[in-house]
Amino acid sequence: MNKITSQQDLLAAFNASKNALALRCVSEHDINSKKKDILCCGGTGCHASNSNVMMDNLRQLIKEHGLENDVRVVQTGCFGFCAQGPIVKIMPDNVFYVQVQPEDAKDIVEQHIVNHQLVERLLYVEPMIKERIHDYAKMSFYAKQERIALRNCGLLDPEDISEYIAAEGYQALAKCLFDMKPADVVQEVLNSGICGRGGAGFPTGMKWKIAAGVQADEKYIVCNADEGDPGAFMDRSIMEGDPNSIIEAMAIGGYAIGAQHGLVYIRAEYPLAVNRLQLAINQAREVGLLGKNIMGTNFSFDIDIKLGAGAFVCGEETALIHSMEGMRGEPTTKPPFPANIGGGYWGCSTNVNNVETYASIPVIIRKGAKWYAKIGNWKPELDENGNFVKTISGNAGTKVFALAGQINNVGLVEVPMGTTLREIIYDIGGGIAGGREFKAVQTGGPSGGCITKENLDTPIDYGSLAKIGSMMGSGGMIVLSDKDCMPAMAKFYLGFTKDESCGKCTPCRIGTRRMLEMLEKICDGTATEETLVELEKLANTIRDTALCGLGQTAPNPILSTLRYFKDEYIAHVRDKKCPAGTCSKLYTLKITDACKGCTKCARNCPVGAITGEKKQKHVIDVNKCIKCGACIDGCPFKAIVKE
Amino acid sequence: MCECKLSEGAKAKFAELDAFIDGLGINAKDDRRRGYLIQVLHKAQDIFGYLPREVQKHVADKLVLTEAQVSGVVSFYNYFTTDPKGKYCVNVCLGTACYVKGSEKVLSEIERVLGVKADTVPTADGLFSISALRCVGACGLAPVMVVNGKVYGKVTPAKAVEIINEYKAKG
Amino acid sequence: MSDVTVKINGKQVSVPSGSTILEAAQKLNINIPTLCYCKDLGCGVSNKPASCRICLVEAAGIRPRPVLVPACATPITNDRVEVWTNSQRALNARRTVLELMLSDHPKNCLTCPKNQDCELQKLAAEFGISDIEFKGEVNHFPIDDSSEAIMRDLSKCIMCRRCETVCNKVQTVGTLTGVGRGFSAKVGTASMIPLADTSCTFCGQCVNACPVGAITGISYVKKVWNAINDPTKTVIVSTAPAVRVAVGQEFGFEPGTPITGKLVAGLRALGFDKVFDTDFAADLTIMEEGTELLGRLKSGKNLPILTSCCPGWINFIEHNFPDLLHIPSSCKSPQQMFGAIAKSYYAEKMGIAPKDLIVVSVMPCQAKKYEAARPEFSHDGVRDIDYVVTTRELCKMFREAGVNLANMNDEEYDNPLGESTGAAVIFGVTGGVLEAALRTVKSIVTGKDLVADAINFRAVRGLDGVKEATVEITPDVKVNVAVASGLGNARKVLEMVREDPNRFQAIEIMACPGGCINGGGQPYLHGHRDLLDKRMAGLYLEDANKPRRMSHQNPDIKKLYDEYLGQPGSEKAHHLLHTHYHQK
Repeated sequence: MNKITSQQDLLAAFNASKNALALRCVSEHDINSKKKDILCCGGTGCHASNSNVMMDNLRQLIKEHGLENDVRVVQTGCFGFCAQGPIVKIMPDNVFYVQVQPEDAKDIVEQHIVNHQLVERLLYVEPMIKERIHDYAKMSFYAKQERIALRNCGLLDPEDISEYIAAEGYQALAKCLFDMKPADVVQEVLNSGICGRGGAGFPTGMKWKIAAGVQADEKYIVCNADEGDPGAFMDRSIMEGDPNSIIEAMAIGGYAIGAQHGLVYIRAEYPLAVNRLQLAINQAREVGLLGKNIMGTNFSFDIDIKLGAGAFVCGEETALIHSMEGMRGEPTTKPPFPANIGGGYWGCSTNVNNVETYASIPVIIRKGAKWYAKIGNWKPELDENGNFVKTISGNAGTKVFALAGQINNVGLVEVPMGTTLREIIYDIGGGIAGGREFKAVQTGGPSGGCITKENLDTPIDYGSLAKIGSMMGSGGMIVLSDKDCMPAMAKFYLGFTKDESCGKCTPCRIGTRRMLEMLEKICDGTATEETLVELEKLANTIRDTALCGLGQTAPNPILSTLRYFKDEYIAHVRDKKCPAGTCSKLYTLKITDACKGCTKCARNCPVGAITGEKKQKHVIDVNKCIKCGACIDGCPFKAIVKE
Repeated sequence: MCECKLSEGAKAKFAELDAFIDGLGINAKDDRRRGYLIQVLHKAQDIFGYLPREVQKHVADKLVLTEAQVSGVVSFYNYFTTDPKGKYCVNVCLGTACYVKGSEKVLSEIERVLGVKADTVPTADGLFSISALRCVGACGLAPVMVVNGKVYGKVTPAKAVEIINEYKAKG
Repeated sequence: MSDVTVKINGKQVSVPSGSTILEAAQKLNINIPTLCYCKDLGCGVSNKPASCRICLVEAAGIRPRPVLVPACATPITNDRVEVWTNSQRALNARRTVLELMLSDHPKNCLTCPKNQDCELQKLAAEFGISDIEFKGEVNHFPIDDSSEAIMRDLSKCIMCRRCETVCNKVQTVGTLTGVGRGFSAKVGTASMIPLADTSCTFCGQCVNACPVGAITGISYVKKVWNAINDPTKTVIVSTAPAVRVAVGQEFGFEPGTPITGKLVAGLRALGFDKVFDTDFAADLTIMEEGTELLGRLKSGKNLPILTSCCPGWINFIEHNFPDLLHIPSSCKSPQQMFGAIAKSYYAEKMGIAPKDLIVVSVMPCQAKKYEAARPEFSHDGVRDIDYVVTTRELCKMFREAGVNLANMNDEEYDNPLGESTGAAVIFGVTGGVLEAALRTVKSIVTGKDLVADAINFRAVRGLDGVKEATVEITPDVKVNVAVASGLGNARKVLEMVREDPNRFQAIEIMACPGGCINGGGQPYLHGHRDLLDKRMAGLYLEDANKPRRMSHQNPDIKKLYDEYLGQPGSEKAHHLLHTHYHQK
């Protein structure tokens, strides 16, 4: 690609490359088309399921059939439907294949590409109608989604900047540089209503306005890609699938606040995302979309990657900044805020936004704040010029959620704000896995809380979730069924925050440990009702006294489960029973008379705790039993029970 | 440290690290040189497999930082380890999605089979070390285990043992 | 900056915008407890990580709803702020935080070296803690007593980070860092190695900073008692200059009052056979160092000369500036000169075998314990200085023996190692060594003793961290001098020397900010830096009241040279009174 040194150059590049997407963006679908794009998911999940081998096989077979001039195999970002991966989508045919294994490449090429026939066995079975369908838009998983932040994931080759340019990429940046003053950009973002998608939900435009208002020569714009919530992976998917949107958005932000330097702080646990992002940065530099005098203007901007090293607390912006400075990732008290002089990177005014927030920015600029503000359930108060004054209720735009846990359709979903949890779990998520009963959804990860059946019709926005004692967080959504024990879930999260506490402030350093110890006692059956009172009191105090967001929100999983599942706690401490049958100290395994003596359990038992003659009822030695459950899972007669 | 005491292999490793650090163009008088520390430690751990004290001291000298500054950072971040790892690093994800799908049982089965606990010492034959990991972002495949970077999805305790045995057979 | 008005507990006060809630409360005489906060650890460096959460108060006007904020680190920038320091919410929060802290703290206060001098213990008493609700795992770390000077018991560390701040920001020694994270996070050394294996200078500023018993001095008090009670030993003691102006505060005297005579009486009451003055050796130091300075000025070589009285500082240069090890004066410190003379001249004179002569020095310092143990300062297994006790430890000895200095009559030092001049007294404060040297050097060069106000070199006085001056010796000879106290300032001055070796001809350096009056073994300041001004004033008062104020006027020093050493800088003097330095 030629160097882009003006707005005309960008337009020329767009015109030159837009054909690359022609097959993928057609309105008329045609399985008989000779030219085809085979889009294969190259995200971490599908990679792990050998999608790269599958892609190699496809390429090889296409070559063998002499089709390489007509059929391209394109590695794209994540389609979001991770449970069904690896995903292959063929365009312009509009055929969506799921769980494609390397050996399936043969059928796809020979049957579909060469003979224009669907490979039925690879089509998705829509659970509602129990039919195989090929059009992804008709799948319940996708039907209610509105993909804005994820718009290019599954569409573009993230390793080729020309495809991003073909998808109107960098035109928002051009619009800013040539048609808007920095203050206009800030106002546009403010008017769009977008709030920080990292968890706190602070209006992004407001953040930019504060940073833009600081008089300083050296400012930084930072992308927080330290996605630490265990169970959320939207940031990873965006960086793997659409890294250029982050680069473009950071440049826009840099222009808006007056920063020339961008930094992406990214988890070292995401090697693929790091590589893709670095590649995209290199390509953007090569074509002149990063660097000095971008598109011939006097705006210069460049981006560097800073690696994290495994510390959840570095998602907190002051800790993140210290980590980028090569220090221990300990948060500092605010003020000073990062935007203040003395509070940011090397003391410079610094603006930090999250990956998903950035991913939405270019399209907001391109299509306008009004377009974005209408998506979702946002009710703002505006002044006479139509400019944002304050939020009355709801939020604008979309939010990406990582659906996981006991749910059928595990994956990434992007829905307009205001969508109800019920729609997400039952319509998009396909309901609870294994036909079990819904118990709760945990949102917001270790900082969040749970939402029960009663609140399933709560519209999803920052305020509504906070009102019912949970939080949006970064968008992790873990669905729990009746076999999940809530005190044990709280214990799990506290184990996490205790491990991830930086140790700086007293309430978090010692308090998370003490709370965990109480939860351990509860789950071991050694606690009393008094423990519950103490626990709640301590949890409330820690929420009130800890230094940073990690500590302040660490008690949320406890407070929220205590609020909605008090009876389960009472069962643990008073009756010494775990209703969900999770807490292993509170039950023993027993073989009932239903046992037919098939010996399977004895063979499955890893510690030899089960004995018995063939065709005779078996017995478990409770002293040897480690309660791993292998016997239960394997028993064909459901003869093993927890008591 | 005294270079003469080093084996040829170690010398080559230090040389590789030095080449990397020299390539960064760090100015010893620049207060911001510390900003390179985590990047350099990543590289050092890539080269040496872990960050023993000699390596930390070396990094401190090269970046003109104190050994305490380096050690304070190494001890803060989970990713850095000061103990050698086994030939195969078996990481079991204990993120929420994997946890609710039973990854704890996978981990305890692996610990039982290999006879060592997570985040402690490698197995006596030096083949395996086990770590608990917080979310690799492959939640769609929960529960997940990772062996030397290769991700295995939808793992059961039995499947995990099979995977371990495959590596054991490779030696 | 403009003023803002804030309401605290219903009372209004006006403070400059940006003042903290704590500062505003202090203006109203409202007490807010603090723990990690320290306004000035030295050189104006404060410690306010806002991490202990003991100073939480409830405040409105900062966030949309009233919140708990750390008073030490929350600035007031508008007129809408209202604060309640003792609302139910604030009191409960502070109590819970303190109980949490205590739940991970050893309860063996009775046997802790900081018993009754511990800020955590004081808070527990003030809060009326009668029961600690939280039980659970308690951190346990092995005690580090690897060095001769400083002991660390990390089980007691409360992560206030004061030691880390003082070590890194004030002293720039960089030995201490946060280690680990979460529940077991502590302040420690690189890879948790013993302190003796680090670049620690043993300045002891961390000991002074620690609010609890996590960092204390290694005590030789028991050994001193044993020696005193051993009939086969003659036990002599000498007192460093800065001790006399600091010890009084522990016995009800106005801080900074020099109580030299009562100190001497108290030491006799403890049972020391002779009570001498390290000031005698300070005068001796000036004779040797002055001679060395004159020699170097004449030859123009190895300039600037750096003073070498302070063992913390010597450790610092040995660790950090190996390229400059040729410029410190080769003179031993006064402590080590005293030891050398005591075990040779004095022992011979008294007919005591050196091994039966136990020399104890009372020092304001932790590094002196290390210095006394340096191998070059012992011969055939006999150390020149057997034991060092700090001012603080001496106070405990007095209390243990029932000696109340307030009830003592003044007594005089013993002879011959007890006589000193005013020049020696001011060794205890930053600038004093240089001033003492200048007094003698100028007298010798001009051939006549300084009189009246000419004796006072005011340009090198005061508690500023770095002082520079040009001093006229004769109308033709002017020397550029510098004085630094605090190792961070020492680093700055040494970097100036590296840049321009000709910038100065003489430099005095003391490891502790303010000099020995703020040594790592002095009675705790507990945040009251004004005590240093008082101690400094006490030393200059003692100097002014001395009949002789220049080292070369000390008659016993003259006698020592006449009887034993010959000339300053003689071979014998070199053998006994000079040393050398090693890269570390």
